[in-house]
Amino acid sequence: MKTFGRIFNFCVYVLLYAPLLIMVFFSFNESKSTSVFTGFSLKWYQELFSKSDIIESLSNTLILAVLSSLIATVLGTVAAVGLYKMRSKFLYTTMNTVTNIPMMNPDIVTGVSLMLLFVFAGRLLGLSEYLSFTTLLISHVTFNLPYVILNVLPKLRQTDEHLYEAALDLGCTPIKSFFKVVFPAITPGIISGALMAFTLSLDDFVISYYTTGADFQTLPLKIFAMTKKTVKPDMYALSTLIFVTILVLLIVINIVQERSERKAKGEIR
Amino acid sequence: MKKRNSYGSIALNAPYTVWSVIFIVVPLFIVAYYAFTDKSGAFTFDNILELGEYNDIFFTSIWYSVLATVIALLISYPFAYFLSRQSEKSRRLQMMLVMLPMWMNLLIRTYSWMNILERNGLINNLLGMVGIEPVKMIGTPGAVIFGMVYNYLPYMILPIYTVMSKIEPSLLEAAEDLGCNGINKLRRVIMPLSLPGVVSGITMVFVPSVSTFYISQKLGGGKIMLVGDAIERQMQSAYNYNLGASLSLVLMVMIIISMAIMNKFSDEEGGMVI
Amino acid sequence: MKKITATILALVMCVSMFCFASCGSVNDTVENLEGTYTQEYAGTTLNVFNWGEYISDGSEGSLHVNKAFEKVTGIRVNYSTYDSNESMYAKMKSEAVSYDIVIPSDYMIQRLISENMLQKIDYSKISNYKNILDEYKNLYFDENDEYSVPYSVGMVGLIYNTEMVEEAPTSWSAMWDEKYKDNILTFSNPRDSFAIAQFLLGIDLNTTDKAEWDRAANKLKEQNKVLQGRVMDEVFNKMEAGNAALAPYYAGDFLTMKDINDDLEFVYPKEGTNIFVDSICIPENAKNYEAALMYINFLLEPEVALANAEYICYATPNKAVLTNEEYSLKDNKILYPAEADKPKTQYFHDLDSSIRSYYEKLWEDVLRES
Repeated sequence: MKTFGRIFNFCVYVLLYAPLLIMVFFSFNESKSTSVFTGFSLKWYQELFSKSDIIESLSNTLILAVLSSLIATVLGTVAAVGLYKMRSKFLYTTMNTVTNIPMMNPDIVTGVSLMLLFVFAGRLLGLSEYLSFTTLLISHVTFNLPYVILNVLPKLRQTDEHLYEAALDLGCTPIKSFFKVVFPAITPGIISGALMAFTLSLDDFVISYYTTGADFQTLPLKIFAMTKKTVKPDMYALSTLIFVTILVLLIVINIVQERSERKAKGEIR
Repeated sequence: MKKRNSYGSIALNAPYTVWSVIFIVVPLFIVAYYAFTDKSGAFTFDNILELGEYNDIFFTSIWYSVLATVIALLISYPFAYFLSRQSEKSRRLQMMLVMLPMWMNLLIRTYSWMNILERNGLINNLLGMVGIEPVKMIGTPGAVIFGMVYNYLPYMILPIYTVMSKIEPSLLEAAEDLGCNGINKLRRVIMPLSLPGVVSGITMVFVPSVSTFYISQKLGGGKIMLVGDAIERQMQSAYNYNLGASLSLVLMVMIIISMAIMNKFSDEEGGMVI
Repeated sequence: MKKITATILALVMCVSMFCFASCGSVNDTVENLEGTYTQEYAGTTLNVFNWGEYISDGSEGSLHVNKAFEKVTGIRVNYSTYDSNESMYAKMKSEAVSYDIVIPSDYMIQRLISENMLQKIDYSKISNYKNILDEYKNLYFDENDEYSVPYSVGMVGLIYNTEMVEEAPTSWSAMWDEKYKDNILTFSNPRDSFAIAQFLLGIDLNTTDKAEWDRAANKLKEQNKVLQGRVMDEVFNKMEAGNAALAPYYAGDFLTMKDINDDLEFVYPKEGTNIFVDSICIPENAKNYEAALMYINFLLEPEVALANAEYICYATPNKAVLTNEEYSLKDNKILYPAEADKPKTQYFHDLDSSIRSYYEKLWEDVLRES
C-alpha cells in the first residue's frame, strides 16, 4: 500500500510539473519560438534583465499579491470565526451564499461589475481617476476572501468547542482563549487560505484588466496582452527564474524549520 | 453551540458584512440591472429569453466541469490520504510542491500544455517513437477537461489534505482495534471526517471550471464553446453587456442552487460526524 | 509560524527583483533628438494605450522607444496594452481611465469619431507628419485628417506549410478543402472570419444586407468540419511547429514565423484581402494633450519609426523609413508588393449597431455548430 501510495503521488507530481519542465526547457531556446527548439542559448535571460518594464510589472504583481492576500487573510479569518459563531441559520446561509458569489461569478463578470461600481463611485465622489491601485487591491481582496473563508471554516468545524469553553472556564478572556486554543487549531486552514489567496492574486488577469488604473501593470496583464504577437521565451525565462527562486527558498525554509524543530525537541528532552 | 458572546459575534461579522455588501452584493445588482435592461437602459426580458439558444452550451459547460471535478476528486483524495500518512517533514515539503506550480502563471502553464498536447507535440513524438499514430488531443473535449483538472487540482488537494491531516492516527487505530478492515476504516472513519474538505474542494474546482474561458480557448483550439467563452465574447468583442450579464446571472443562479444543495448535504453529514 | 513562508518569500523576491531592475538600452541614435523637444512638460505623465507587443521595447538590442521619449522630453510614460480593438473600446467607453494616446485600427477610429470619443489633433505641432506617405492620408475613416496619424499598416494573407500542402494555394477556397481536414486554422474573431467567407463569395466586407451576412455565415458553417481550430496568437506556435497546414494571418507576423520554420510560405489570395491601418489618436478625455502631440511627433521621427518598423515587422506608412538604406525589410515583397502584384484589398468599415449585433448572433451560431 505504501509503495503504491508513493508511486501514485509521484505520478501526480509528474502531471503537475510537466508543463513547468517544458517552460524551463524552452526558456533556453535560441529562437523566438516556444514550440520549436533550435539551439541552446541564454539570450532570453539577458533580454529579460535589459527590460525594466517586465521587472517592474513583476514587482507590482508581488506587491499586489502580498497586500491583497494579507488583507484577505485577516478579514477572511475574522469573517470565518464570525460565521462559525453565527447562531441564526438563515443569516448563516445567506452569508455563505454571498461568500460564494465571487467564486462562482466568471472573472470577466466580476471584473466588469466591479469596474462599473468603481466608475459609479468615482463619479459620485468626484475623483479625477476612477481606477487606481486601490481599486485593484479592493478587487483582489474581494475575490480572495471566499477562498480564505472556505479554508478556515472546515478547520473551525473540526475544532473542539469544549476546549474553548474550558479555557473560558479557566479564566481566559474570550480573545485570549481564542488565540490560545482556537487559533493554533485553525492555523493550517488560515495558511492554506492565505496561500491560495496569494496564488490567485498572482495569477489573475481578467479582473485586473478591468479594475487597474493606467499606471499599475501586473505581469499577468502583460502576458495576457501579448496576444497581438506571441508569448516569447523571455516570459518563459522569467517564469523559470521565479520558479527556481521559489524552489530554493522553499528548500531553505524547510531546512531552517527542521533545524529549529529538532533543536526544540532536543531542549524538551 | 452555546449562547455566549453575541456582541462579539456582531463585531466579528461586521467588517466582512460591510465589505461583502459593497463589493459583492452591489456589483451583483449591477449585473442584474444589465441583465434586465437593453442598450438604452429600458427594462426588458429579451436578454433572458434569448438564453434559450444557449441551452446546449450551458449543458456542455456543466457536464465538462462535473467530469473535471470528479476526476480531480479521484486523483486528489488518494493523493491527500497518502500524503497525510507520511512523516511531518515530508508532508511539509510536499504541500509546498503542490502549491508551487500554482505560482506560475496560468497562461504560461496552459501554453506549455499546448506544446505537449499538439499534433507535433511531446506526447505524439513519444508515441511516434514507439510507432503509434499521432493522436489528436488539442481541440477535443478531453483536452479541455484535462486542462480544468490540471489547473484546479491543487484547489482540491489542499482542503482535503488539510482536513485529513487533522484526523488523529489514534482514531484509526481504535477503528482497527474495533475490527474495522481497510475498506470499513475508510468508509466509516476517514470519509465522514474528510467530508468538509471534499465539499470545499468540489466547490473550488467546479466553480472556476464551469466559468473558464481561457482553458477552452487554448486547449479546445477555439472550437469548444463554454458559457465562459460566450460571456467573454459578449462582454469583450460584442460589447453587449446586457446579454453577457444575463448569461452570467443564469450561470450564477445555477451555481448558487447547486452550492445550496452541497451545503445542506455537508451540514447534515457534518452534524453526523460530531 | 510554519509557513509565513509565502509572505517572507514574496518579500524576498520583491527585494531581489528590485535589485535586478536595471536600465534598458536607449540607443545612441536618439541622442541627436535631445534638444529638439521642449522640456516644458517634464515631470508630467502620459498614459499610452497600445496593442501588446506593438512598439520597439529594447529587446535584442532594439531601441526602447518609451524610454527614449522619457529621456528626450522628461515626460513619464505610463504604458498599458490591449489585445483587440473591441476590448480597447470597452475600456475607453467605461471612462474609468483616461488615456492620452490610443492606437486603434481604421474601423474603430471611425466608430470613436462618430461617438465623439476623440479630439482633433493639432497637426501644426507634428512637424514629422510630412514623413507619412500620401496614400495613407485622408483615409475613409478620417477623411480630412483631423483625428488620426497612421502608425502601422498590414494585410491579411494565407500562410501555408509547403511540406503539408500538395500545391501552393492561390485562393481562400483552400481553407474549405477536405484534403486538409483537421489541418486548417482560422481566426477566432467574427470580423476576420467573415471577411474570408465574404471574399470567397464576392460579397462586400461592409455589406448592410442581412441576407449576404447569412450567406457568409452558412459558408463558415461548412468550414467547421475541416477546421482544426480557431486561434489568434496561438497561430505562431502551431504554424512554427508544423501542427497545421493552412492559416490566415497578418503579413508581418508571417515573417516572424518564417524565421523559425522555413517551410512556411505566404500568399495573398486572388479573391482579395483585408487591409488595415492602425493610427495614433488622442481620446476626448486626454489629460496631457500637449505631451500627446509630442509623443505622436516622436513616433514619426525617422529613427524611432525605423526601430518600430523593424520590431513590429508590419509595413510602415513612414517615407523616411522606406527610403532608409538601413531598413532591412525595405525590399520585402510581402510587406511591400510591387504595383503589379498588389492584391485587391478592402478596409473594414464600422457597421451600425444593428448589423453588428446581427453578425455577432450569426457568429455565435457558427461557433455553436462546431
